[in-house]
Amino acid sequence: MTTSTQTTSRLAGRTETIPARRLRRRRSLGTWVRGGGLSTLVIALPMLLVFGLFSWFPIARAVVMSFQFTNLVTPPEWVGLENFRTVLTDPLLTTAIGNTLWFAALALVLGYPVPLVAAVLMSEVKRFKGLYAALAYLPVVVPPVVAVLLWKQFYSASASGVFNTVVGWVGLGPYPWLQDPSTAMPSLVLEATWAAAGGTVIIYLAALTGVPSELYDAAEVDGAGIWRKVWHVTLPHLRGILLVTLILQVIGTAQVFLEPYLFTGGGPANSTTTVLLMIYDYAFGGRGQYGEATALSLMLAAVLAVLSALYFRITSRWSH
Amino acid sequence: MTSPRRFPTIALAGALAASTLVACSSGGSDPSDAPASDGPVTITVAVDAGLEQGAKDAFDARVTAFEAEHPNVTVESQEYTWSGTTFAADLAGGTLPDVFTIPFTDGQGLIERRQIADIHDLVGKLPYAGEFNPNIAKAGQSTDGQMWAVPVAAYGQGLHYNRALFEQAGLDPDTPPTTWAEVRSAARQISERTGQAGYAEMTKDNTGGWILTTLAYALGGRAETVSADATTATIDTPQYAQALRMLKDMRWQDDSMGDNFLYDWPTSHADFAAGKIGMFVSGGGDYGNLVTQNAMEPADYGVTVLPLEGSGAAVLGGGTLAAVSAKADPAQQAASVEWIDFYYLGKLTDREAAVADAKTTAEADQPVGAPQLPVFDKATYDEQQGWIEDYVNVPVEQFAPFTSSIFDQPLESEPPVATQELYAALDPVVQAVLTDEDADIAGLLKAAQQDVQSRIDRS
Repeated sequence: MTTSTQTTSRLAGRTETIPARRLRRRRSLGTWVRGGGLSTLVIALPMLLVFGLFSWFPIARAVVMSFQFTNLVTPPEWVGLENFRTVLTDPLLTTAIGNTLWFAALALVLGYPVPLVAAVLMSEVKRFKGLYAALAYLPVVVPPVVAVLLWKQFYSASASGVFNTVVGWVGLGPYPWLQDPSTAMPSLVLEATWAAAGGTVIIYLAALTGVPSELYDAAEVDGAGIWRKVWHVTLPHLRGILLVTLILQVIGTAQVFLEPYLFTGGGPANSTTTVLLMIYDYAFGGRGQYGEATALSLMLAAVLAVLSALYFRITSRWSH
Repeated sequence: MTSPRRFPTIALAGALAASTLVACSSGGSDPSDAPASDGPVTITVAVDAGLEQGAKDAFDARVTAFEAEHPNVTVESQEYTWSGTTFAADLAGGTLPDVFTIPFTDGQGLIERRQIADIHDLVGKLPYAGEFNPNIAKAGQSTDGQMWAVPVAAYGQGLHYNRALFEQAGLDPDTPPTTWAEVRSAARQISERTGQAGYAEMTKDNTGGWILTTLAYALGGRAETVSADATTATIDTPQYAQALRMLKDMRWQDDSMGDNFLYDWPTSHADFAAGKIGMFVSGGGDYGNLVTQNAMEPADYGVTVLPLEGSGAAVLGGGTLAAVSAKADPAQQAASVEWIDFYYLGKLTDREAAVADAKTTAEADQPVGAPQLPVFDKATYDEQQGWIEDYVNVPVEQFAPFTSSIFDQPLESEPPVATQELYAALDPVVQAVLTDEDADIAGLLKAAQQDVQSRIDRS
């Protein structure tokens, strides 16, 4: 603000004959161009177009569509809040929300600490650190659909299934894995954890290299063991990253789709039907309820936005 | 940790994808606007996905023959197999071929919503237009009786069985079960002696409801009663309960249903072809899929009619309609109907075409003569079977238990209103009975009744 005022007055002193209004416009445009505005715009334009076309426009269309009845062929009809009413009175909604929360909770308990522990352990080892990191990252390289289809085979409920054979060596099982309403969801979380842990491990490993080694040395001098070093030195330094990965995980799990869709199709008996799978079924499960699908999508997006905002508000104080 | 890598970036993505595609769909055009010209036309036609090379060659040979007969038409093939979950997306996205097939159950809805081209004028010009079996033809007709989609195949549900597993289990493959009690005891015997599933049931992607309804029909039940002013769901009925109890007993008392209770259409057929399933219920005409797409050994295949028990018991039947994309222009619509006539119906109505088709198919080592139900009348069907007699290369005697009785069984069409939704609502019911020993059949049916009724009311 201050800079621009100074520039304007400096220029004004040199071009007194030009009417004031015209002068201001030309000057500000010129300033804008000279200040790199044009090149910024040119550079940003492709991104703006791509985002506009593929991201913002569909979002706007979805908002419109959630108030319409449409089969995407005949002209849509306005139905007010009817789609939202249908979704909110659908008996499956409570089940889907419950299942999504269950997935999120399991993923948090099982999936959140695993990469952290793995990263801390890996950073402690002195040799072959790169090898361990590569091994941990390997599942991320496997295309998700391929990974799920592989695991589907491993989860075969017969006694000769891969996992049942393995647990059989220690006298356990055979377990029904995906074929039982109570074990289906934990089985999904197990695969999801395996598939995604590697990416987070790498992030933690990178963050760990930023922890000053003098702090560890000092802690050691003070007689701290490995556990106390982790608790008092490592974790406080990772706090920012931990918060980010936590919120990403919550958003990610709230939108879980791939695993239930490919593993179980929401079964057995709706035990793995998640909110996103429900959205998919509205639109593409042979019902063609696109309005309901977008209505539920918007509600999910709203909930996630509120959650994120709340979370950052609550944690902003202790994340710094 | 579950990173967002594996999920859509924003919650909206799944359903939103459809919205960007809105602009791609159009309402189609009226063929009466312009007569079919003789100018060059290109149409894309559906070819079954996942065919083995021989079947692909046979298809390509038919395309070449068609193009020779219709020099102005270029035919491009597109892999397509109807599936409940992908069809709507394809339709919305405008990615369907110009000619595609749909099950009977989808005809009415698509016609009502004008999502397929109105080809009744073009179909009306075909020489056999008035000869369709009226019961079958109505699947492709609008409420005012105009044919928008053409029935090209019809089936009645059958009980498929693996002859090799029957023999291994000490059962006679030439005398398959004729009552549900016999089905149950055969399943137990297969399971005990071979370690494979004696009887398996599809449960996913609406097939659970489809097969459960088939069983209920066979026990005298129906899924809906349709009157002039209302359609009532009849799910919470003794027949549905009996069908579920039968499954429950086989699953939990006999343990004869294997260990996969999340079968969909393709996986059940793959496992049956691989010898992992002794018996299962599906369309009576599935032989082609089992042999050409799932490499089943023809000698192992057996099929029989469903046991019908109780008053009003009937075989649930359905079929395939050929439809034309609403996006096709008049010239493409005309060429598409010519293709339907040539590829799907010629072989049923015209001696020369029947022989040519059978010859090409047999030369490509693909099955000729697998059982189907007549799209026209029984006499036309028998005549057609006579034309192709010399080329029949399937083990006809293994189909005898089915073909000797299916024409005498009362055939009942699928529930007419909100069919796929009704089936979808029943999937979890079947899954619950098969995966939860304490599943309360009465409670499940009561809830399903309400669910289905509300879906019917909404449709």
